[in-house]
Amino acid sequence: MYDKEKLERVRKVKSDWEETTLKKTLDRFPERKEKFETDSGIPIERVYTPDMLEDFDYERDLGMPGEYPYTRGVQPTMYRGRFWTMRQYAGFGTAEETNERFKYLLEQGQTGLSVAFDLPTQIGYDSDHTLARGEVGKVGVAIDSLKDMEILFEGIPLDKVSTSMTINAPAAVILAMYIAVAEKQGVSPDKLSGTIQNDILKEYVARGTYIFPPEPSMKLITDIFDYCAKNVPNWNTISISGYHIREAGATAAQEIAFTLANGIAYVQAALDAGLDVDQFAPRLSFFFNAHLNFFEEIAKFRAARRVWAKIMKERFGAKKDKSMKLRFHTQTAGVTLTAQQPDVNIMRVAFQALSAVLGGTQSLHTNSKDEALALPSEHAVLIALRTQQVIAHEIGVTDTIDPLAGSYYVEKLTNDLEEKVWEYIEKIDQLGGAPKAIEKGFMQKEIQESAYRYLQQVESGEKVVIGVNKYRIKEETPTDLLKVDPAVMERQCKKLESLRQERNPQRVAETLQELRNAAQSGDNLMPYILDAVKAYATLGEICGILREVYGEYQQQVVL
Amino acid sequence: MEKPIRVLIAKAGLDGHDRGAKVIAQSLRDAGMEVIYTGLRQTPEQIAEAAIQEDVQVVGISSLSGAHMHLFPPVVELLREKGAGDILVIGGGVIPEEDIPYLKEAGIAEVFTPGTSTKEIIKFIKEHVN
Repeated sequence: MYDKEKLERVRKVKSDWEETTLKKTLDRFPERKEKFETDSGIPIERVYTPDMLEDFDYERDLGMPGEYPYTRGVQPTMYRGRFWTMRQYAGFGTAEETNERFKYLLEQGQTGLSVAFDLPTQIGYDSDHTLARGEVGKVGVAIDSLKDMEILFEGIPLDKVSTSMTINAPAAVILAMYIAVAEKQGVSPDKLSGTIQNDILKEYVARGTYIFPPEPSMKLITDIFDYCAKNVPNWNTISISGYHIREAGATAAQEIAFTLANGIAYVQAALDAGLDVDQFAPRLSFFFNAHLNFFEEIAKFRAARRVWAKIMKERFGAKKDKSMKLRFHTQTAGVTLTAQQPDVNIMRVAFQALSAVLGGTQSLHTNSKDEALALPSEHAVLIALRTQQVIAHEIGVTDTIDPLAGSYYVEKLTNDLEEKVWEYIEKIDQLGGAPKAIEKGFMQKEIQESAYRYLQQVESGEKVVIGVNKYRIKEETPTDLLKVDPAVMERQCKKLESLRQERNPQRVAETLQELRNAAQSGDNLMPYILDAVKAYATLGEICGILREVYGEYQQQVVL
Repeated sequence: MEKPIRVLIAKAGLDGHDRGAKVIAQSLRDAGMEVIYTGLRQTPEQIAEAAIQEDVQVVGISSLSGAHMHLFPPVVELLREKGAGDILVIGGGVIPEEDIPYLKEAGIAEVFTPGTSTKEIIKFIKEHVN
């Protein structure tokens, strides 16, 4: 991009500057620290100059928006056409309460829904299971059967709103419930849009809501790819997630490297199951974290798009553009929220959200200021949503595409991150791919080491956390926190009891038996799960059958 | 030489957030303690059982899912029932301040919330293990 002569000139100007202007200052005022580096350990130079991008090739490295390798964004007009989807993750208590919160968020201008399920739901237990004690309705809404799902979406037209659901091991069951609710609303599956997380590999690595061992889990996932390609064509069948990997302690580079390595494993599994890459790949989606190191985060999103495009084109021979486009949701980094001086979190969230927008996200969740203390209150959620609306409407960053392209720093960081990602992917390939690398504890160990390093940096004061290790004040605990009604569990168990009495027990038994047979024979399970769900078999009953057939995953404790 | 303090770090309930539990475990280990980490999804019964089997002096329980009121006190009760009431039980996680008095009354010696330094935890353990 730059001619040799001009670069020589730049180098000369720079070295002159270092020997004169810079030296004079440094002699009198040393810099704040000896070493500057990003969260991923990439050294940060004092100043970035064109000679650091010597091999930079606009067409090859960036291209135009909506064109390969999509560094500048996956759509040709980006936010000049339409803003990202503002999607606040919400769910608590019973379906009735969450339905109310959903309606509130939609009234406030939110453009998509995002469902948080409680832990028993995520792990495939009914609310009356002994292991569910204390957990019902706590970190999300409790869903035991189609009945709850009907209440959850009551009065919300499913052909008008897109819904993202954070559900992994039982993703097939929850998706089946969603399809069934839509049918009752008179909406056919091809009109549905939304996402299920359905990313089991990162559950083993970082998030913890696994049920079955890897092999049957991967099979369930490819069943969903196949079923949706034929029946629910606008559904994002997976959201390959780096978010939780980052929250567990990974660096920016590790976040995208491990996520894309997991992505490779899903694509490979689907190909091995006989699917055509261009049939399922357009519906793969991603989910990343927006952390504090502003420029590194922007570079991270750009690098992720470029690497994935290359993987799909070169490694998997995808032909369709859509198969190569990395579309992603972003959530601001929960782990950076402090319980101390929680109002300061509003600022953290705003900067993180801005990095996601400058990085070209397709949808965004902004965290609420009180989330280090409790589930977000309605007031805190409103500020978080308003933060997105300010970025979209008021500060002008959405009027041009990928505005930081060409910044020497951002382009260099994008290149540096890409390089680190390829190194990790190669390493994981050598270990036999993501599932093997996870089995060997490789990702877990890397993440754990980064988490511990981060802790040490905070405790030594090298990393400043406002309100925690610097600028502390005496303060009262906020009093307006959301508290989940402790009676939720009782109410949920009562509902479950009456459901079991009202439904047709014979139909339940039949559909569950058919599901068992299908699981044993290796058929695509989606149609069987759909039948069972429609007969009002519970989530726990359906997952129970699969637990019996598939067994349960035993965690590798890595420490 | 003084015998190192033995600690069990346990993830109670269905919560999968183990970053805190693991960095605490590693910090205690670096401070010279012997640390056993249970991994995820432990019931109070399993935690009490492991504490006795591993002959620890301290149990640190972590939950970030809001189930602490149901999961922490039974660990103390079970330890007492089994004659191991002298084991120091501490807790950590996203725990609202208003819940802490109840937990302390139930025998949880101390509750450490987000932002606590590991030094504080190490100091507390050293002062309270006899």
